[in-house]
Amino acid sequence: MALLTVAHLTVHFKIRRGLTRRSTDVVHAADDVSLTIEKGETLALVGESGSGKTTVAHAVLGLNRPQSGSIVFHGRDVLSLPRRERRAARRGMQVVFQDPYSSLNPRMTVHDLVTEPLTVGATMKGDDLNARVVSLLEMVGLGTQHLWRRPHEFSGGQCQRIAIARALAVQPELLVLDEPTAALDVSVQARILTLLNRLQKELTLSYLFIAHDLAVVESIATQVAVMYLGTIVELAPTDVLFADARHPYTLALLASVPSPDPDIRTERAAITGDVPSAIDPPKGCRFHPRCRFRMEVCDQEVPPLVTHEGRALACHLPDDFDLSAEQKAARRARATVAVEEPARRRARPRPGDQVTMPKMRRRW
Amino acid sequence: MAAVETAVKGGFSDWRLRRQSAIEESRYNVRVFLRDKLAVAGLMVIVGTVLIAIFAGYLAPYPDQGRGNSDMQNRLQGPSAKNIMGTDQQGRDVLSRVMFGARIPLIISTVVTAGVLLVGVPLGGIAGYFGGWIDEAVMRITDIFLAFPALVLALALVAFLGANLRNVAIALVVTWWPWYSRLVRGMAISLRERPYVLAAKTMGVGHFAIIRRHILPNTIGPVIVQMTVDVGSVILEVAALSFIGLGAKPPTPEWGLMVSDGREYILSAWWLSTFAGIGIFGLVLAYNLVGDALRDVLDPRLKR
Amino acid sequence: MAGRTTASAAAASEGGSTGAAPPGRPVLEIEDLRVEFRSLRGVVKALNGVNLTVHEREIVGLVGESGCGKTVTGYSVLGLLPKPQAQVTGGRILFNGEDLVEKSARELRTLTGKVISMVFQDPLASLNPVLSVGEQISRVIRAHKDVKKKEALEAARTAIVATDLPGTDSLLKSYPHQLSGGMRQRVCMAMAISCGSALLIADEPTTALDVTIQMQILTLLLELRERLGVAQVLITHNVGVAARTCDRIAVMYAGNVVEDGPTAEVLKRPRHPYTVALIECLPQGKKADQLQTIPGTVPDLIAPPPGCRFHERCWRVLDVCRDVLPTPIEVARDHWTACHWVQREIAGERRSDARSERAGEGEG
Repeated sequence: MALLTVAHLTVHFKIRRGLTRRSTDVVHAADDVSLTIEKGETLALVGESGSGKTTVAHAVLGLNRPQSGSIVFHGRDVLSLPRRERRAARRGMQVVFQDPYSSLNPRMTVHDLVTEPLTVGATMKGDDLNARVVSLLEMVGLGTQHLWRRPHEFSGGQCQRIAIARALAVQPELLVLDEPTAALDVSVQARILTLLNRLQKELTLSYLFIAHDLAVVESIATQVAVMYLGTIVELAPTDVLFADARHPYTLALLASVPSPDPDIRTERAAITGDVPSAIDPPKGCRFHPRCRFRMEVCDQEVPPLVTHEGRALACHLPDDFDLSAEQKAARRARATVAVEEPARRRARPRPGDQVTMPKMRRRW
Repeated sequence: MAAVETAVKGGFSDWRLRRQSAIEESRYNVRVFLRDKLAVAGLMVIVGTVLIAIFAGYLAPYPDQGRGNSDMQNRLQGPSAKNIMGTDQQGRDVLSRVMFGARIPLIISTVVTAGVLLVGVPLGGIAGYFGGWIDEAVMRITDIFLAFPALVLALALVAFLGANLRNVAIALVVTWWPWYSRLVRGMAISLRERPYVLAAKTMGVGHFAIIRRHILPNTIGPVIVQMTVDVGSVILEVAALSFIGLGAKPPTPEWGLMVSDGREYILSAWWLSTFAGIGIFGLVLAYNLVGDALRDVLDPRLKR
Repeated sequence: MAGRTTASAAAASEGGSTGAAPPGRPVLEIEDLRVEFRSLRGVVKALNGVNLTVHEREIVGLVGESGCGKTVTGYSVLGLLPKPQAQVTGGRILFNGEDLVEKSARELRTLTGKVISMVFQDPLASLNPVLSVGEQISRVIRAHKDVKKKEALEAARTAIVATDLPGTDSLLKSYPHQLSGGMRQRVCMAMAISCGSALLIADEPTTALDVTIQMQILTLLLELRERLGVAQVLITHNVGVAARTCDRIAVMYAGNVVEDGPTAEVLKRPRHPYTVALIECLPQGKKADQLQTIPGTVPDLIAPPPGCRFHERCWRVLDVCRDVLPTPIEVARDHWTACHWVQREIAGERRSDARSERAGEGEG
C-alpha cells in the first residue's frame, strides 16, 4: 500500500474584500489533484507560480483546509478524522522549507530547534534527549560545537541541514520539501541534495519534493507531477517525463530551461504570455489560451487525467501513448516556438522595430 | 568519542556555554549602543537618578526635610551655600525634596510598564496569532480604550477609584496596555506566517506554546523600544496627575507635585518648581535618547 | 592590461561564439578593481583586483556564487556602493576611456541612467508603486534630457515597445502592482534603455521570475543587443542563464575573476579548478548519487589569504598558491584564467613542445 495517496484534492481560498469583509473572489488554488507516493520514493511536484504546488504540499501537511478530497497516509484519510486526531495521524510527516533562515526561529539555539519536535507528546528527557540531538546532528554532518549557536551564525547550507535534522527528529516516513535548495548556491545545493539522497537510502524516507528547477528534479525524483494553475497536467516517472513528455505545457516548460551545456542551443522556447490568475481560471482546460494544439473541445471541457501504465496525462489531444519517434519530435516542435535567435539573424529591422531611439541618440 | 561526550556534557550542564550565543550577541549590542554618545549620557542620567533615589536617605543634606518635615523659619530661601536649591514654602530643602521626589516617578513608571507588558503583550500575541473573532474582540476593546485621550481616561479612573498612588498606577496600566496590544498584534499577524511557525505547527506544537516560544520572543525588539520611550510618558502622566492633585499627596515629595506646589511662587521663588521640572525633563529626555539608541541596536541586526 | 585588449581585438575580428557581428571597441574596462567594506567586525576585502572588459554589442556574463563579488562589481560601475562603508581602494573603471572611479557623484549621475543603466533582481522593488509606468519612464528621460512632458511620454512609449510590451495608453497608465512579474521586469528594462544606453548591467534579472518568463526576458536581452546595440553585463549565479545569453563568461570567486572567455569555450573547456568544480556541481543530467560537491567553504573576506583565495579548497594547490595571487594568463584565444597550476601546466607543455632534452623538465 502506498505511503501517501492524495485523491481529488481541491483547495479554494476566499479573498475577503471591502469594509464588510465579504468574500467576493475565490482563488482556485488546487483542483482535483491526485497523486501517490510509495515508500522510499521521491515525487517531485513541478510548476510555476500559481500552479498550486505549494498549496498541495500545505494541504498534505495540514496547513490549510481543503474543500474536498482525501489524503490517505498510512491507510487513514487524515481529512476525515476529527481535528484532535489529525495531528497525531500526521506524526509521520515533517517539512523542510525553502528559506533556511526564516524556517528557524532566530532566537533559538540549534539544540532547542532540533529538539522542539521532541517536546510534543511523549517527551524525551535528559540523557536520551541529549544523545538523540547529537546523533541527529551527526546524521546531517554537523557537530556538537554547533549545538548552542543560533541560526544567523550559520551559512544557508548549514541552516538547511539544521532544518533537516529537526525534521528527522521524530523519525518521519514522509518528508515534504518545499524547494529546499532554491535559495542556495550551486555547490551548496549539490551537498544538500547528496545529503538528502543518502538519508533517503539509509532511513527509507519518502519525499514530496516541490521544485521549479527541472535539472534538480531530474536528478533526484522518481516520479514527476507537472502542475499548471491548480491542476496536474502530467505525471510520469522521471526518465519517461524527460524523454517523452506529452503535455504541451510540459514540453514548453522543458524547452524553457536554459542549459549550461553550450552545445544545447535552445532553439525552441517559451510559450508567450503570463500565467493567468487563479481567481478566474480559463474554462475547460486551463492551459488552452496558451496552447498551440488548441482544439474546440479544449475551452469547453476539462480534460480528465487519464492513467496509463504508470503515467498520467490530462489533455484532449488524442494520445494512445504509443507515439513513434517522429510523432514525438513533431509534437515537441509544434508545442514550442522557434526562437528567432537574434544573434544568428542578419540585422534586419522588422516593422515596428525601433532601431534607434528618435531624438535620443547622442554621441558619447 | 570521549571528547565528544565531554563537549556535549559540558554544553548540557554549563549554562554559560549554552548562552554563549546570546552573550556574544549582547556584547555586540552593547558595543553598538555605546557608539551613540547621547544615549550613553542618557543612560548615565537614568542610572544616576535611580541611585540617587535609592540612596536619598544618605545623600540628601536634609533627609528629614526631604521626607516632609518642615522648617518654617527657613521658608522660601533662595539657593545658597546652606541650601543649594533653596527652600520651599514650608522651609524644606529643595535639593533633598528633589532627591526623594525621584522615587515615586521611578517606582510608578516601572510598575506601570511591567503591568502594561504583562497585560498588553500576551493579549496582542493571542489576538494576532488566532485572528478571527478573537482578534476582532480584542481589537475592538483596544479601540475603545484608544478612543479616549489617555490623560482624560486616567483622570476619570483615578477620580472613580480614589485619588492615591496605587490607583494612579492601576489607571495608567489600564490606559496604556492597548498600545502594546496593537503593536504586538500587528507583528504577530506577520509572524504567524513565518516558516518556523508553520514548521512548529507541523510538528504538532500547541497554539499557546507557539505563541510563547515563537511569536512573543520575536516581538521583543520593537516592544523594548516602545517601552523606553513610554516610560518617559508615564513619568509625565504621574507628574501631571500629581500636579492636579490626583496622585501623590503632600507632604510626599514627588516631582509633579512639587512643580504644582511651586506654581504660586513661580515669579518670586522660581526654585520651587524649576528644579523638580528639570528633573522630570531630564529623566524623560534620557529615556527617549536611550530608546532611540535601542532602536538602532535592534534594527540593523538583520544586516549583520 | 594592454595585452588583454589586443587579444580581445584579435578575437573580435573572428567573431564571438554566437556568430554575432564582431564586438567592437571596448565600452567598459574594469582594471584591477579593489573594493573594501568597513564593518563592525573588520574590513571586508570584497574585490581583490577584478578585471573585466565589455565590448560594444557584447553580452558578458558575470557568473559566481553568493559572496563572490559580482553584485559589488556591478554596483561599483554605477557608483551605487553604500558610501561610508564601501571604498574603492584601487583600480580603474574605464567607460569609453574615462575613469568612473575618479568622477564625482554629480558627474556619475549624468551618466547613470542615460548611458549606463542597471536592472535589478526584484522588479517590484525597483519600481515606484505610486507612479504609473509611463510617468516613471518619462521622469527618467526628463532627468537626463531637456524635453517636454509630452515628448518624454512618447519616448517612454517607444522604450516600452522596444521591450515587446504593447505601447498602449492603458499600459502606460497602469501601475506596477497591476502588472505581472515578467511585464514589470520589461518595464524596468524599458526604463533602463529609455535614454539610449550604451551599457546595461543586469543584476540577476530573472532570478525572481518563472522559468518560462525567464526565457522571454533572456530572449529580450538578446534582442535589445540586436536592435539597439546595447552592450550588457549579465550578473547571475545560474550557469544556464549565462550559457543562453552571453557571448563571454567571467567566473568570479571571492573577489577575483578566475576565468574569462567565450561562453562555449569556458563551459566546455574550463581551466580554472573552481570553474571545473562548479560545472561538476551542476545537477544537469546527473543522478543524485553522481552529484559532485566542493569541499570547504568560502574564505573569510576579512582575513583572506594573500594568495589565491580558492587554494584551500583546490585539489591542484601548489605552495605558491598560498602566498601569491595568480595573474591572468591566456590559455586559448581570448580565454584567460588566473591559476598557478594552469600556468605551470602550460609552461610545461611549451617546454615539452620545445623538446627539451633534460629529464625532469616538462613537469607541471
